[in-house]
Amino acid sequence: MTDYVKWLIKRILLYLVNIILAFIVIFPIIYAMSVSFMPDSEAFQYPPRLIPHSFYLGNYIEALNSVPILRFILNSFIVSIIVTIGQILTSSLAAYAFAFYEFKGKNIIFAIFLSTMMIPGEAIIIANYLTIRQLGWLNTYAGLILPYLSSALGIFLLRQFYLTIPKDYYEAAQLDGCKRSEFLIKVVIPLSRPAIGSLAVYSFLMTWNQYMWPLLITSTDDMRTVQIGISMLQWSDSQSFGLIMAGVIMILIPSIIIFIFGQKQLVDGLNAGALKG
Amino acid sequence: MERTEPIANYSNAIDDSDVKNNVIRFKNDIEPYLYLFPSAIIFATFVFYPFVKTVYISLFLTDPQGYLSKFVGLQNYIDIFKSADYLNSIYLTLKFIIMTVPLEMIVAFILSVFANLKLKGIEVVRTIYTLPIAISSASATVIWMLLFNPSIGFINYILSFFGIHGIGWLTDVKYGMISVSIVNVWLNVGINFIFMLAGLKSISKDLYESAQIDGANVFVQHIKITIPMLSPTLFFLITVDFINAFQEFGVINIMTQGGPVNSTNVMVYSIYRDAFFNFRYGNGAAESIILFILLLIFTLLQFASSEKKVFYK
Repeated sequence: MTDYVKWLIKRILLYLVNIILAFIVIFPIIYAMSVSFMPDSEAFQYPPRLIPHSFYLGNYIEALNSVPILRFILNSFIVSIIVTIGQILTSSLAAYAFAFYEFKGKNIIFAIFLSTMMIPGEAIIIANYLTIRQLGWLNTYAGLILPYLSSALGIFLLRQFYLTIPKDYYEAAQLDGCKRSEFLIKVVIPLSRPAIGSLAVYSFLMTWNQYMWPLLITSTDDMRTVQIGISMLQWSDSQSFGLIMAGVIMILIPSIIIFIFGQKQLVDGLNAGALKG
Repeated sequence: MERTEPIANYSNAIDDSDVKNNVIRFKNDIEPYLYLFPSAIIFATFVFYPFVKTVYISLFLTDPQGYLSKFVGLQNYIDIFKSADYLNSIYLTLKFIIMTVPLEMIVAFILSVFANLKLKGIEVVRTIYTLPIAISSASATVIWMLLFNPSIGFINYILSFFGIHGIGWLTDVKYGMISVSIVNVWLNVGINFIFMLAGLKSISKDLYESAQIDGANVFVQHIKITIPMLSPTLFFLITVDFINAFQEFGVINIMTQGGPVNSTNVMVYSIYRDAFFNFRYGNGAAESIILFILLLIFTLLQFASSEKKVFYK
């Protein structure tokens, strides 16, 4: 056997292993998608089918008609978009103070802000629930959104990025008659697009995929978010697998699109720390 | 409510001392406090206040509405540690950790080794290996429940070729925890994969070349070079996975509701059940504080491990 043939066989094997592994990882999603195109008779068949006979759209139509799924999707979009924008705004402002200003108590305030990362949401969820109930915000967007409007992680991430902005930029801006607050809007934020992108993808996905908080504070169909809606489908009387999977695919599409387009930002954001090690 | 997340590690993105010289420092006045104000309000209202309130509630008995009725000191803590159910939930959480964390690490390690090869189109494979991080626990659970279906599910179908028939994945006490763990491993492999792949990329190729010259095969190379070089990342990821595992709730609530026969009643599920079903807010609050203390230990370890990563080289 020549070296070339050896090399070729090795490469083919490595491709094969990767393809098999990738297939196993993505299998649940592909399977959900193909069941979503099967009428009940086919979905309940044994042995289970992998590929639908035809491109049956009935499940999607039924899911849209029988469950307020569009309402769930709308709710989740409203909440996720406002939380994402809110986190970007509050984090940009706080990070600006921490990166560019000297003021009394700066280090201690920074430490206090970061310490919020040490308090897991689950550990304070009872008290937060009682607060929101007391405020009369059960089943409201306010209740879903407000607790998440800032993020220590976001502040941290943007501050680290701001610290890399060279001094010359400020001096140049100052010569142009730029005020400090304008410097944030006109120079710092545009320069920080990569970091803001990471934060945006991350907070959108986190909010879209949120489960425990909306489960606790929403109880009406018109305020439920997608994740709660989909788990309700699971326990609904119909128990039509095709219908349930059509629902799952509809709520997965936004996360998958954002993941695919924001993958680089997301991975870069996550790795910014790891790469140094 | 998942605030403890691995991106915390961003801390190492920039070494402060390198940058300090470049950065402008505005003088002290009211402006910076205005910038901090929105975040400060949110943190005060939805993190610090509820934290103090949780400690406070944990010292009281409550009525079913959640209003405090009687101060009982540490009685709630004594009660939960005398309760067989709560002790069982701690045991189950540890069992869950043992069943998920090592597997997540091993699978992610294998995937990252293969995804680190120089092959055309490897980007596509990497995207697929990372994809589950974008999937919510709710949708993942719903999909896996179909796969786990005892009569028409795909998993039992595959197993039938090996002569294994009719496993009740979600109804059999022996398999409840296994099913919940499988879904969690699938959901969490992606985050481990991202960090491990980055770690692998940073290992110098020279090390492998010299090992090759010494005649070490690929397997030996990974044991002798990859794992030691990756150890700071691995340690960091263990803490991340532990923290995530302690917080598990979604998959269990949808798939098993703590069952069958309490076999998946982990700590967060127990808090949920005590507070929102049994209306024992005091007990739930005490359990929350115990959860906080356990997680704090791991969060501090995580910070320590990311520090270590910076100074590793």
